[in-house]
Amino acid sequence: MYLLVIFLPLFSSISLGFFGRWIGFYGGSFISVLCLLLSFIFSILIFFEVSLNGHIVYLNTFNWIISDNINISWNFLFDNLTTSMLLIVTFISLIVHIYSLDYMKLDPHFQRFNSFLSIFTFFMLILVTSGNLLQLFFGWEGVGLASYLLINFWFTRLAANKAALKALIVNRIGDLGVLFAILLLLQIFEGTLDFSTIFVLIPLSNSYLITLFSYDLHYLSLISFFLIIGAIGKSAQLGLHTWLPDAMEGPTPVSALIHAATMVTAGVFLIIRFSPLIEFSSFMLNFLTLIGAFTAFFAAFTGIFQHDIKKVIAYSTCSQLGYMIFCCGLSHYNISLFHLFNHAFFKALLFLSAGSVIHSINDEQDMRRMGSLILFLPITYSLMLIGSLALTGFPFLSGFYSKDIILEITNLFRNHNLPSIFGILACWLGILAAFFTSFYSFRLIYLTFLNNINKTRISTKTIFESSGLTILTLSLLAICSIFVGYLFKEFFLGLGIDCWINTIFIWPENYFFLESEFLDTGLKWLPFIFTLFGFCLATLLNLSTFKFINFIRFANPFFFLINKKWFFDFIFNKVFVYPLLTFGYLISYKNLDKGFIELSGPFGLSILIKKISNFIIVLQTGQITHYIFYLFVSLFFILNFFVLMTTNIFNLIIIFFMAIFYII
Amino acid sequence: MFLNSFSVFLTLFFISLLGMFLNQKNILIMLMSLEMLFLSISFNLIYSSFYLDDIAGQIFSLLILTVAAAESSIGLAILVVYYRVRHNITVEFMNLMKG
Repeated sequence: MYLLVIFLPLFSSISLGFFGRWIGFYGGSFISVLCLLLSFIFSILIFFEVSLNGHIVYLNTFNWIISDNINISWNFLFDNLTTSMLLIVTFISLIVHIYSLDYMKLDPHFQRFNSFLSIFTFFMLILVTSGNLLQLFFGWEGVGLASYLLINFWFTRLAANKAALKALIVNRIGDLGVLFAILLLLQIFEGTLDFSTIFVLIPLSNSYLITLFSYDLHYLSLISFFLIIGAIGKSAQLGLHTWLPDAMEGPTPVSALIHAATMVTAGVFLIIRFSPLIEFSSFMLNFLTLIGAFTAFFAAFTGIFQHDIKKVIAYSTCSQLGYMIFCCGLSHYNISLFHLFNHAFFKALLFLSAGSVIHSINDEQDMRRMGSLILFLPITYSLMLIGSLALTGFPFLSGFYSKDIILEITNLFRNHNLPSIFGILACWLGILAAFFTSFYSFRLIYLTFLNNINKTRISTKTIFESSGLTILTLSLLAICSIFVGYLFKEFFLGLGIDCWINTIFIWPENYFFLESEFLDTGLKWLPFIFTLFGFCLATLLNLSTFKFINFIRFANPFFFLINKKWFFDFIFNKVFVYPLLTFGYLISYKNLDKGFIELSGPFGLSILIKKISNFIIVLQTGQITHYIFYLFVSLFFILNFFVLMTTNIFNLIIIFFMAIFYII
Repeated sequence: MFLNSFSVFLTLFFISLLGMFLNQKNILIMLMSLEMLFLSISFNLIYSSFYLDDIAGQIFSLLILTVAAAESSIGLAILVVYYRVRHNITVEFMNLMKG
């Protein structure tokens, strides 16, 4: 059962990928949905057994690499962290599979699509269940590959190709960080990458230093730094986030899968998994906080001025991941995981309902060309409203339970005089991000559903509500986004709950969970007030006839800047991409590969031999007297060889002849 | 004494050698220089045999004389054959075997 939950999606993927042509649409959808359904049911059972009953399962299957003292095997670790991730991944994947039956039913490559979705799920499951870092890296790379295939699903579109390449390459920068972390761990632990071994031994290696150019670097900080680089790449934190909005080129179910449950959460999962390591490096924790806080703020701010319905949701994903990351940086990994858990449900709901909206109005994605869809799509409207309310942290929906406690933790750093100044920064940026989150969520609702319609009269005739299957999947997600936060609150955050003792390590000095429960009531209200303020602002700007926008026309360049995503792509292209491409062409290709190396290698050597042989050919003039001259000169040298060798003049003669040789 | 027998031999030898080098026109003069080379060497051998009181030098000298005679006859024969074909014996034009 434990291995079956992983390998059922692989079976589905292989059977659809290789035999999809013979299976057909109905057979393919039957196999994939059945496999994912079984996988989901098994993961519920695993959740029951591992998380609720507290039996951690460790399966050691067979050896992968044995070389001297390096010993890495394929082993699967099912602990609380894994099982809660399993639950999300299989559930969202099942929902996305069912949803894509309807969404992709007119696509000629439906089997290929479902095969890619299943292989994505398989790699994600390998990632979350792995018992060692190398196997995790296998899943990590596999997820990147599957995201490439999925974003590039409509491979005839240039934009999709470019977005997929960007996703793959930008992710690869983070993967390099994970690779470095693997190598450093292999060095320090002399050949084992098993989590169980590493995490036990890490306190012993706390004092290890690596000396580089007379600077002493803390070993664990270095490893955590590389792991964080990996998380930045995969979880689209500030700096390497540019691939995430572009990944919207794929079909909407893909966006739901990548952004809700699987790919972007892998980075957060890595950080949570390595909590026993990162906790030992306070410097890296601060770095994590800084990165996460700025990502949350930046992405939420950028999301306000986007007009593409999917890009708004993509930026909200980026922002929520920032929340999770800075919560990890503040050492409250279980809260971060709880937010990840809840976020998966309501983000999948948002994406899939956005897909439903897009589908029903002839694949129009620009929000400025929608409006009044509440009249045509009342069910989708209500589902999307639930998703948006959950996202903004409306009380007693799932987002509330996780998001508010993250902001309470940050508020704590402001309230008490705790050592980390980054906590205060995270607090303000997080609260502002909450304000912007509510603003763009309700802006999306207003522009799409409530404002006056901006479509032609003819095109409104074709608007239709999505099919029952879509509504069913969306309703399941809506139910989850309403109730999951309440149901799982005690499991993730309960006071004195012993779920996380075996998986998450928190340095006792950094543990402020209890203090956050007894925060001032006024501070606890703060995020909700900001959220409400964001809602009011969105209402004011959209519903009233008050032309507020006319008064702030002077700020238009600023809005343009944010609409263009702070010119991150532009700057990256100018600073990194184009110079690197030019370097690759001019320096390493033209000057080195085809220039210097060719000249000193095959090309130059052939020219040299040709010159020498020409010289020797020219020596043979055909004149007998010249030949006699050569004869006697060479005879002179041969006869006097031993006499001349003892004197230095002979060397000078040789040099003289070589000089003549080169001149000719 | 500057003008001893060895220096005579050497002078003769180098004169004949230079005669072979510097001569660009006439092949007959080259053959004559060759004969002079042989003569100078056999002279040297005879003188050394006297000087060292050994007969071997004179025997070699006799052998060289016969070889020189045979060689000059063969050389003249080649010359005649060459002249029959090309109708001149200028050394400058003997450059058909260019590299």
